[in-house]
Amino acid sequence: MDAVVTRGLTRRFGRFTAVDGVSFSIPEGSVFGFLGPNGSGKTTTIRMLTGILEPSDGTAEILGTDLVAGREKVRENLGYMSQKFSLYDDLTVRENLDFYAGLFNLPPALARERAEEVVEMAGLSGRTRDLAGSLSGGIRQRLALGCAILHRPKLLFLDEPTSGVDPRSRRRFWDIIYGLAAGGTTVMVTTHFMDEAEHCDAIGFMYDGRLIASGTPADLKALLPGSAWEIPSEDPIGLLEQLRGTEGLIESAVHGRSVHLLAETAGERVFESIGARRIVPSLEDVFVHLVTKEREARAA
Amino acid sequence: MRRLRALLVKEFIQMGRDRLTLAIMGLLPVIQLLIFGFAINTEVKHLPTAVFDQSVSAESRELIRGFQSTGYFDILRGARSLPEMNALVQSGKVKVGIAIPPDFQDRLRSGRQAAVQVIVDASDSMSAASAISTAQMIGLVRSQQILYQRLSPGSSESVPLAVDVRIRPWYNPDMVSSHYMVPGIIAIVLAMTMMMITSMAIVRERERGTLEQLVVTPLRNWELMVGKILPYVAVGYVQLTLGLLIGIVVFRIPVRGSLALYYGLTSLHILASLAWGLLISSVAKTQMQAMQMSFFALMPSILLSGFMFPREAMPAFFRAVSNLLPVTFFLQISRGILLKGVGLSALWPQVLSLLGLLVFFLGLSILKFRKTIA
Repeated sequence: MDAVVTRGLTRRFGRFTAVDGVSFSIPEGSVFGFLGPNGSGKTTTIRMLTGILEPSDGTAEILGTDLVAGREKVRENLGYMSQKFSLYDDLTVRENLDFYAGLFNLPPALARERAEEVVEMAGLSGRTRDLAGSLSGGIRQRLALGCAILHRPKLLFLDEPTSGVDPRSRRRFWDIIYGLAAGGTTVMVTTHFMDEAEHCDAIGFMYDGRLIASGTPADLKALLPGSAWEIPSEDPIGLLEQLRGTEGLIESAVHGRSVHLLAETAGERVFESIGARRIVPSLEDVFVHLVTKEREARAA
Repeated sequence: MRRLRALLVKEFIQMGRDRLTLAIMGLLPVIQLLIFGFAINTEVKHLPTAVFDQSVSAESRELIRGFQSTGYFDILRGARSLPEMNALVQSGKVKVGIAIPPDFQDRLRSGRQAAVQVIVDASDSMSAASAISTAQMIGLVRSQQILYQRLSPGSSESVPLAVDVRIRPWYNPDMVSSHYMVPGIIAIVLAMTMMMITSMAIVRERERGTLEQLVVTPLRNWELMVGKILPYVAVGYVQLTLGLLIGIVVFRIPVRGSLALYYGLTSLHILASLAWGLLISSVAKTQMQAMQMSFFALMPSILLSGFMFPREAMPAFFRAVSNLLPVTFFLQISRGILLKGVGLSALWPQVLSLLGLLVFFLGLSILKFRKTIA
């Protein structure tokens, strides 16, 4: 069964369409990565699915009930961690936990037990009397996640949970997410870190309000035509210029201190001769390709 | 219930940790009461006065003594010319100038009318009004005395007035401004704090993103509203008690009516002000905006409710506007209970009006509140 199904979900703000006819589904117990640049409509989509915003058009089913009609009923099974810091700065760790436990109607004994787990998970032992505002980014994020899953939601929405968090904490955070999914929780997570998305069960690419592709990471990589190559360079932009028009080149893009390119079989030799290395394409390569295609399609 | 309790506990903890809220809650009523109670005196006495006495006679000195003994005029300076006196008024060194002509004594003795010029700085209308009425009174009283003496020369006994108008200022016999002000200040301070603290508390949650978080929990809309309102009702009662204590201890206002009734009816005013706060919170985007809007919304309550200026003197339009302000009616209730000692039998029209406004504003704010969350 699917935990989330959307059909043509649309949200307009005045004349601006933030989310444009988005349809996708998330199977129960899977991790769905929602990718795209800032302003592409990821957060707006999540805000509609959590019931914060009304859709302008389209429908969605959350855990088998209609998004708008069944909102109140379904909330007990939802967890949500917003992009903003969702804890109360002026409450202590313990008070934050008590507050959310109360909101989700947990009996005191259970609340205590779960709070202990969260404290353990977030590495907060001995700091439960500290104000949440005094915690460092990574610990805060874990505490916020802990508060969002105190009631063991069936469906968890995480909006940019790892922005502003150091790489080690990010790793740890994702371990927790996979742990939750293994326990049967469905997770929908937005991010603009492409490397994080590699491990998701399925991915949706948002661009300019539209879902331009979705599927497993392998499916998405299979969308790439030709083979993927990388040429390291001190001057990748200059190299990009030089390569333009080369026979057998499908697409090229700057990628840090190198140029990534997609080549037809005919051109592979040429690129190899100028120092290109064959690579396994990353999701970022896929995204660049999809966006280029999308732009060309729109320009046409 | 567990949800609501969690929200209330959280709200009280936050309130206790927020110095600004505590300061507004505790200091505002104290400071306002002391400032308004001591500084505002609608009865203007001791106006600095200059005299240009060209007569320099027993009669003129008598007249000047008459002015001084009322307590309204402090004769600070003698001027040696009319221009000098005018300059004193112009520069603001004195508010009143009294010019007595050289023929003052002669004219009085010969039974003719003697003119005295009193120049009043009317740029400050409140002090001008009391100076003018007092000066006229002095002229009248002096004329009468002179008339009596002329009618029955030799007798020092005064003849009774034909019509003796006796004024009894009920409820505030000594006309103490602070007695009149204190119930008003309590009403205004409550309106201001309730509006400001609630709107800021809700906007703060929206600013920080925690409101969004709450929307996704099973917390019901009404629970959120009650959770946001109840703690501030408590704050309102703390302020009311503080205000009354200062009023009674410092300003010795009489509490003639039932305090229980007063506390009960105050809840209507508190809730109506909270409803305004909720309305503001549905419009304001930042705490700063919420604060400014609160001040803006408060202005009509200060100016039109009868707190500062009598509503009887207002044009029909503004009187109509004042009928939409909860403060207008709570003010009448406050003064009614505290100063007049009346009860519901006299105050029911005001109570009904206040109740009507409360239902209207609370209803409106519930509708708006729901919209902004969804």
